[in-house]
Amino acid sequence: MKQGAKRAVLAVSVAVAAVFGSTAALAQAKKAEAKKMEAPSKGGEQFFPVLSYRTGAYAPNGVPFANGFVDYLKLVNARDGGINGIKITWEECETGYATDRGVECYERLKGKGPTGATAFHPLSTGITFAVTDKSFVDKIPIITFGYGRADSVDGTVFGWNFPLGGTYWDAADMLVQHIGKKEGGLDKLKGKKIALVYHDSPYGKEPIALLQERAKMHGYELLLLPVTHPGVEQKATWLQVRQQRPDYVFLWGWGVMNSTSIKEAVATGYPREKMYGVWWSGAEPDVTPAGDGAKGYSALVFLAPAGTGAVHKDIVKYVHDKGQGTGNKEGFGEVLYNRGMVGAMMTVEAVKRAQIKHGKKPLKGEEVRWGLENMALDNAAIKRLGFEGFMTPISTSCVDHRGDSVAGIHTWDGKRWVIEKGTTLVADSTIIKPMIRASAEKYAAEKKLVKRDCAKEAG
Amino acid sequence: MIMRKHGPVLALGALLLAGLVAPFADRSTTPGFYVEVLLGGLMAGVLYSLVALGFALIFKASGVFNFAQGAMVLFAALAVARLGEQMPLWAAIPLGMAIMVALAWLIERLVLRPLVNQEAIALFMATLGVTFFLDGFGQTIWGSDIYKIELGIAKEPVMVLQSVFQGGILVNAEDFIAAVVAAALVAGLALFFQMTPTGRALRAVADDHQAAQSIGIPLNRMWVIVWSVAGIVALVAGVIWGAKLGVQFSLSQVALKALPVVILGGFTSIAGAIVGGLIIGVGEKMAEVFLGPILVKAFDLAGGGIENWFAYMLALLFLLVRPEGLFGEKHIDRV
Amino acid sequence: MFYRENGQFKSSYASDQQMLPILQDRLFMAGLLVIAFAAVPFFATDYLFLSLLIPFLILALAAIGLNLVVGYCGQISLGHAAFMAVGAYAAYNLVLRLPQLNFLVVLVLAGLIAAAVGLVFGIPSLRIKGLYLGVATLAAQFFMDWLFARVKWFTNYAHSGSVQTAPVEVFGWIVDTPVEKYLFLLVVLIVFTLIAKNLVRSHIGREWMAIRDMDVAAEVIGIRPVYAKLTAFAVSSFYVGVAGALWGFVHLGSWEPLAFSLTLSLNLLFMIIIGGMGSLLGSYFGAAFILMLPILLNQVPAMLGVPISTAMASHLEFMIFGALIVFFLIVEPHGLARLWAIGKEKLRLWPFPH
Repeated sequence: MKQGAKRAVLAVSVAVAAVFGSTAALAQAKKAEAKKMEAPSKGGEQFFPVLSYRTGAYAPNGVPFANGFVDYLKLVNARDGGINGIKITWEECETGYATDRGVECYERLKGKGPTGATAFHPLSTGITFAVTDKSFVDKIPIITFGYGRADSVDGTVFGWNFPLGGTYWDAADMLVQHIGKKEGGLDKLKGKKIALVYHDSPYGKEPIALLQERAKMHGYELLLLPVTHPGVEQKATWLQVRQQRPDYVFLWGWGVMNSTSIKEAVATGYPREKMYGVWWSGAEPDVTPAGDGAKGYSALVFLAPAGTGAVHKDIVKYVHDKGQGTGNKEGFGEVLYNRGMVGAMMTVEAVKRAQIKHGKKPLKGEEVRWGLENMALDNAAIKRLGFEGFMTPISTSCVDHRGDSVAGIHTWDGKRWVIEKGTTLVADSTIIKPMIRASAEKYAAEKKLVKRDCAKEAG
Repeated sequence: MIMRKHGPVLALGALLLAGLVAPFADRSTTPGFYVEVLLGGLMAGVLYSLVALGFALIFKASGVFNFAQGAMVLFAALAVARLGEQMPLWAAIPLGMAIMVALAWLIERLVLRPLVNQEAIALFMATLGVTFFLDGFGQTIWGSDIYKIELGIAKEPVMVLQSVFQGGILVNAEDFIAAVVAAALVAGLALFFQMTPTGRALRAVADDHQAAQSIGIPLNRMWVIVWSVAGIVALVAGVIWGAKLGVQFSLSQVALKALPVVILGGFTSIAGAIVGGLIIGVGEKMAEVFLGPILVKAFDLAGGGIENWFAYMLALLFLLVRPEGLFGEKHIDRV
Repeated sequence: MFYRENGQFKSSYASDQQMLPILQDRLFMAGLLVIAFAAVPFFATDYLFLSLLIPFLILALAAIGLNLVVGYCGQISLGHAAFMAVGAYAAYNLVLRLPQLNFLVVLVLAGLIAAAVGLVFGIPSLRIKGLYLGVATLAAQFFMDWLFARVKWFTNYAHSGSVQTAPVEVFGWIVDTPVEKYLFLLVVLIVFTLIAKNLVRSHIGREWMAIRDMDVAAEVIGIRPVYAKLTAFAVSSFYVGVAGALWGFVHLGSWEPLAFSLTLSLNLLFMIIIGGMGSLLGSYFGAAFILMLPILLNQVPAMLGVPISTAMASHLEFMIFGALIVFFLIVEPHGLARLWAIGKEKLRLWPFPH
C-alpha cells in the first residue's frame, strides 16, 4: 500500500507537471506575440472584467457572446489604440453560469487594473441578483442589457444596475403586443391561451409578473410550464402543451433548453409558427440542432441581429487577419456574437462619455457610471461606429437606467434568421412603469436602502 | 399471515393502479391523450432503464455505485457524434465502443484496483471524481457545443389509430426504434450472462467475490469486462438519447434520473433496472401531466415541475415497503 | 521531540476530561485563535475575505453538521444542501415576518426548523441503509428545491423567485463589512464547534458511533437505533440549517433555490470524505480544500503566466479536481485529518525513527 501510494504520488505529480509544462511551452510563442500587442501605453490602462462561460451546459450560447465581446475590445485597441489613448486590458473569468462561481469571479476581478473594474456584464440573471447587492458597496456598474432585474430600470434605487435597451418585462410586453397585432387587436386575445415555457431560474421567472398583469387586462389564460435546469428533459412539459393546446407558446430558455424545446415541439406536433422566443432564445445555437424542425420559429431580436456590417469588416481587418481572433472566428456574425460585440461597444462608449467629464485617464467604476447614466448613442454615432442596423439609439439618465426599449421579430427559415420587415415593437411603459416602481420600492424596503436623489446629484 | 407479509406491497400496488386510472376522473382526458402520456412515459422509462442498467451491471460485479455512469453516457455520445462528423456512423459507433473499452480498462487500473476493499462511500466518491474528470476531459477533446447524431429517422410525428381513439395518438418512429434497440440490448445482455462462460463467471463474481476468486476466476479481468459492458450500454443510451435531443454537456445529468430507478429496482438486478425504469418513467410523466396542474391550482404554486422529486418520492415509498428494492437481494445482518 | 506528552500527568477528573489534554495542543490552539482573531483581519484582503474566508467558515460549519450524521452516525446523506435551504428560507421568513427578533434567535429558530425537517427525512434511515439511504435522501434535495421555487409564500411572492436580505444586525452591531462578517462567523463557528466537540464525546456521540460501527450489535447492547439515528439527523440538520441561514444572510445576501442545489450537497460530502469522516478537524480541512482547490486551480495558469483560454483552464480545473479527489481517496482514504494525525505522530518521535 505504502509503495503504491508513493508511486501514485509520483504519477500524479508527473502528470500535472506535464500538463502545465506542455501548455506553458505551447503558450510561449503566443505570449511573445501578445506582449507586442499589449505593450503598456503612456495613457494608462482601463480594465474590463469579462465574465464568460465557455464550458458546461450553457457553453453553446456563452462562447459566441464572449468571442464577440473580446473581439471588439481587441478591435478598439488595434484600430484606435484604446479609448482615447487609454489601452483596454481585460481578463476572462469562467462562471459556468453558476451563481457562486460568478460571485467569486466578480470578487476576483473587481479590484484588478490600475482603477479597478470598469463595469461588469454578469451574463446571467442569477449572478446579476447576487452582485447587485455588492455593487452598492463596490461602486461598480453592472450592465445587464436585455436581462437582469426588470425593476433595476429605476436608477434611484438600483444606482449601479444598467439594463440597457430592455428588460424581460419589456420583452414579454412586446411579445403580447405582437401576437395581439397578429390576432387583429389586443382585445382579440380574450379567451386565448398562452403557454410560457421557461427556464426555472430567476431568468425564466422574471416575465411572469408582466404576463399575469397583461392577462388581467386582456383576459387570456396564462399557462406556466417550468423546465428544470439544464432543460434536456421536457417530455412532460410538451405533453402538457399538447393536452392544453395553447394558442401561442412563449419560449424563455437558455442554452441547450432552447433547441430541446423546439425538438419536443416537433415531436408533439406543435406548430413552430405559433412559438415565440425571447431575444435570448433566438440565436443560431438554439435552432440549428433542431435541423429543419426549427423552420418557422420566431423570436424577438433586439440590438443585434445576425449578419455582418461595417464593424465586422474592421474586426476581420484588424483582429482576425492578424491571427488575433478569439475562438477561431467561432460564431462570427451570429446573433450572440454580435450581441457580445454590442455589449462591449456600449461599455467602451460609456467610458468615452465619462472621459468627457472626468478626463482622459483610466477611470474608476464610479466615474464610468456617469457615462452610463448620460449615454447618448444616436443614429449618427451608431453609424460612425459601424453598427448601423445592429442597434437602436439609446439615451439614459440618472432616473432611467434603461433607455428606450425597441425590438423586432426574426424568424428562422432553416438557414438563417430573417428579420420581419416593418415590425417594430416598443414596450408599453404605462403598464411597466408602475410595476417597476412597486418592485423597486419593495427591494429598497427589504434591503433598507437610502434612495438616491437624482435632482440633487445633477445640481 | 400472508396478508400481513404482503399487505404493504399490495397496498402500494393498489395505490399505483389507482394512480394509473385516476386521470380519467377528469372528464377532459381523452383516451388517446392518455395513451400518449403512457407511451411518453414508457419511452422515457426505456432511456432511464438503459442508464440504470449500467449502474446495476457495475454494482453487481464490483460493488461500486458508479456515479460516473452519466458522464460515461455523455462521453460516449460525444465520441460518436464527433467521430460521426469524420466518418460514417457504422464506423463511428464501433470506434466509440473501442474508446469506451479503453476507458473501462483505465478506470479499472487507475481507480478501482488501488481502492479495493475500501468502504462503499469512498468508492462512490471516487466515481464522482471520475465524473468530474470525464466532464472536463470530454469537453476538452470533443468540445462543448451541441452536436448531432443523425440516425436517419424521421422526426415528424405520425398520427395513428385515429379510428380507435378520438383525436388519434401521436407517435414518433424514433421512440419505437429506441424501444426496439433497448429490448435487443437487454436480450443480448441476458444471453451473454446466461450462455457464455464469461457471463457465468461474471455471475459468480457478483454472487461472492472471494469464492469466485478462489475457484480461479480472474477478478480484475472480470471488472474490466463489466465496466466495458457498462460503457457500451452507456454508448447505446447516449446514441439514442443524443439522436433525440442532441449531444451536449447536459446529457450527463441523466444519471440523476437513473438513480431513483436503480434504488427502486434494486441495485443488483438487471430486471429491476428495466421494470424500475418503466415504473419511474410512466409515474413521473403521469404525475407531471395529470397531478401537476391539480397541485398548482390547489396550492397556488408558481408552475408544476413535480417530476423531479416525484421519481425520488416514488422510489422512497417503494423502499419503505421493500428496503432492498423490487428485485434486490435481501440482506441479513448478523452480529 | 517537539510534541511530547511526557511529564504531563492527569491528576484530576477535570484534567482527564479536558478537550485538549496535551499542553502543546492547547498552545497551538491558542496561537491559532490569536492569529484568526487578531492577525487575519489586518492582513487579509477583501477578495480573501469574501471569496475564501467567509464561505470557508460557513461551509466548515455545514461540513461539521454533515459529519455528525455521516461520519459519526454512519447514515449517508446526499441531500444536506436541502436542509441548508430550509435554514436559509426559515431565517428569511422569520426576519421578514418577525422583524423585532434578534438575529441570533432567528439563527437558532432557523436551525430548529431545519432540524424538524431533517427529522422527517431521517425517518427512512430506520428502514433503509447505506447507499440506498443516500439515494433516498436525494428525495429531500429535489423536493426542497422544488418547494422553495414553487410555493410563493416562502419567497414573499418575489416575482423572480429570488430573495434578498438586509445586512445582519446583532445587538445593534450591523455586520456588513468583510472583516465584521468574518469575525461574526468566526465566533459562531467556534461556539458551534465546541458544542459539537462535546456532543460527540458525550453519551449521545458514543451511541451514534456504536450505530455507525454496527447497528445490530449496538441494538443488542441496548442502544435504541430509532433514537440515535433520528437525533443524529436532527442535530446534523440543525447545524446545517444554521449554516444555510448564514450562507444566505452573511455570504450571499440575495439568493435563489439554485444556491442550495445538489452540487452543494455533493460538495459537502466531498468535504467530509476528503477531510476525514468522523473528525471535526477534518471538516475544517475538507471545507478549506474543496472550496479553495477549484478556485486555485482556475487561477494557476494565469498566475504562471500561461495564457491558455478560459475554457481550457476551466476544463483543466475539472480534470485536475477529479483526478485529485481520486488520488486522495487512494493515498489516504481516511482523509486529511488522518494525515494530520500522522504528522503529529512523526513530530512526537522526531528525530528518532521509532
